[in-house]
Amino acid sequence: MSVAPQAGVPQAGAPQAVDVATARPRIRPLRWVAGAVLLVLVAQFARFLVTNPGFEWPVVGKYLFDPNVLRGLGMTLLLTVIVMLLGSVLGLLLAAGRLSGFRPVAWACGVYVTVFRSIPPLVQLIFWFNLGYLLPRIPLGIPFGPTFVSWPTNSVISSLTAAVIGLTLHEAAYMAEIVRAGILAVDGGQRDAARAMGFTARQSFVKVVLPQAMRVIVPPAGSEFISLLKGTSLVSVIAMADLLYSVQVIYNRTYEIVPLLIVACAWYLVVVISLSFGQRRLERHFGKGQR
Amino acid sequence: MSDTPVLRVRDVRKRFGDHVALDGVSLDVHEGEVVTVIGPSGSGKSTLVRCVHQLESIDGGAMHLDGELLGYEFHRGHLRPLPDRRVAAQRGRMGMVFQQFNLFPHWSVLRNVIEAQVLVHGRRPEEAREAALRLLERVGLADKADAHPRMLSGGQQQRVAIARALATNPRIMLFDEPTSALDPELVDEVLSVVLDLARGGMTMIIVTHEMSFAREVADRCVFMENGRVVETGAPEEIFDNPASPRLRAFLSRYSGRAAQIPDERLLEEETTS
Ligand SMILES: Nc1ncnc2c1ncn2[C@@H]1O[C@H](COP(=O)(O)OP(=O)(O)O)[C@@H](O)[C@H]1O
Ligand SMILES: [Mg+2]
Repeated sequence: MSVAPQAGVPQAGAPQAVDVATARPRIRPLRWVAGAVLLVLVAQFARFLVTNPGFEWPVVGKYLFDPNVLRGLGMTLLLTVIVMLLGSVLGLLLAAGRLSGFRPVAWACGVYVTVFRSIPPLVQLIFWFNLGYLLPRIPLGIPFGPTFVSWPTNSVISSLTAAVIGLTLHEAAYMAEIVRAGILAVDGGQRDAARAMGFTARQSFVKVVLPQAMRVIVPPAGSEFISLLKGTSLVSVIAMADLLYSVQVIYNRTYEIVPLLIVACAWYLVVVISLSFGQRRLERHFGKGQR
Repeated sequence: MSDTPVLRVRDVRKRFGDHVALDGVSLDVHEGEVVTVIGPSGSGKSTLVRCVHQLESIDGGAMHLDGELLGYEFHRGHLRPLPDRRVAAQRGRMGMVFQQFNLFPHWSVLRNVIEAQVLVHGRRPEEAREAALRLLERVGLADKADAHPRMLSGGQQQRVAIARALATNPRIMLFDEPTSALDPELVDEVLSVVLDLARGGMTMIIVTHEMSFAREVADRCVFMENGRVVETGAPEEIFDNPASPRLRAFLSRYSGRAAQIPDERLLEEETTS
């Protein structure tokens, strides 16, 4: 087959000579413009970072691995993991409760979610930290009956327990909604089939519904965990020595505010990138068998 | 024992809100008997098999499996619902095949067939695995054991669903329009498996729109309309000599688009492969 002088232009009477494999990519001018703008912006920002003395990069380097900063990072991670686990378990129970056939339970779980989604976590932290004003002693006993033992609230509620309680209650409300959406996304036929095989309600939930719901749950749960990680920075207001609090302690002494904030941001970035990586692996794991 | 039906359905009523889906249905199915259920869309056929399998609760009447009351027990002279575990155990003694297959997409074909044996019936995993492989061979899919359900055609998925339901040695198999979601050329491979089961003496209730199949496979045929059993009898009576005008009208709508009776040759291939 001979190639026509003007390749790609269909010749009258010879339609069989056209082959789209010979097509060349179109030139897209807008892409070139966008690329150029991007390049200029990046270059300008890089210059700002390098030439502005206010960043004090040597100071950043000095404090990046400072033991106090690392201890603060450890506390932030610990708090994130504890709240992530407790919040997920409580969220799962709340989601199951909202889908329960028993109306009062479904209603109570719905009220919980509404209330705790609408209270700012900062308010909760301050509230729990100051629980002693409302309830001087924490009693254990029969409701409306005798009390067996009681503890002074201020010895039970440290800044760690206040942070765990406040953030968990907040996190659980959001996780409940995420899990509920995941469960509702599973085809009703799956639950029918599981029960038809003789699985109990719990077996069919754990073995069939939940693994399929995970596919829908993991992406928003990943975002939720990331915002939780950053949300833990709120605990610095109740004097808990997390990552932000430890850099604050240093810059209150040295006044090197910007470089120390950069130190904190760098660590948050590292942790968020690792979390996103884990999230992608989970997504791949639960996505198998799906289209 | 011999004259106790495997399944006895007595005056079962079921409503969804104001809508009466089952209006006093009675039906006995004896050991080895194949009952096909036909009737227009919305007549309550699916509701009937779903109620028998206790996927829906019933509002009245009673159902017995091998003489045992389904879903309820007597307690101090009163009836009360059984706890979930006992209902689950009763369901485990019946097999159900759905229109939409409903295979578990997160498990391999083999695991779909294994899991209930282990989880519900406490079989050892190796034993369950052997049984599952035998069943997959019986439905002609031994080579697909490690595949994921989504990789199979509709007909293959439905045959796996049949193997899955058979795995727990059910006393009775319930089919709810097993071929209605299939492309026409895939219908026969499923029907031939069902026909094979019928010849093997399996007790079955089959809801179907495949009229020539309903006739071929049935020992008895039931015609439902508006939540009632309108007519029941031997397939020849139902199809050749319908008594009620409703049944005559229903059948006349199906004449002319009679489905193929499964090919004997195909059946041989499926079972020997
Ligand atoms: N879950 C449900 N909620 C409300 N109405 C239902 C439900 N299931 C079935 N129905 C109604 O009950 C009637 C019988 O339905 P069905 O048993 O599915 O009929 P068939 O299988 O014979 O087509 C229909 O009118 C249907 O709309
Ligand atoms: Mg139906």
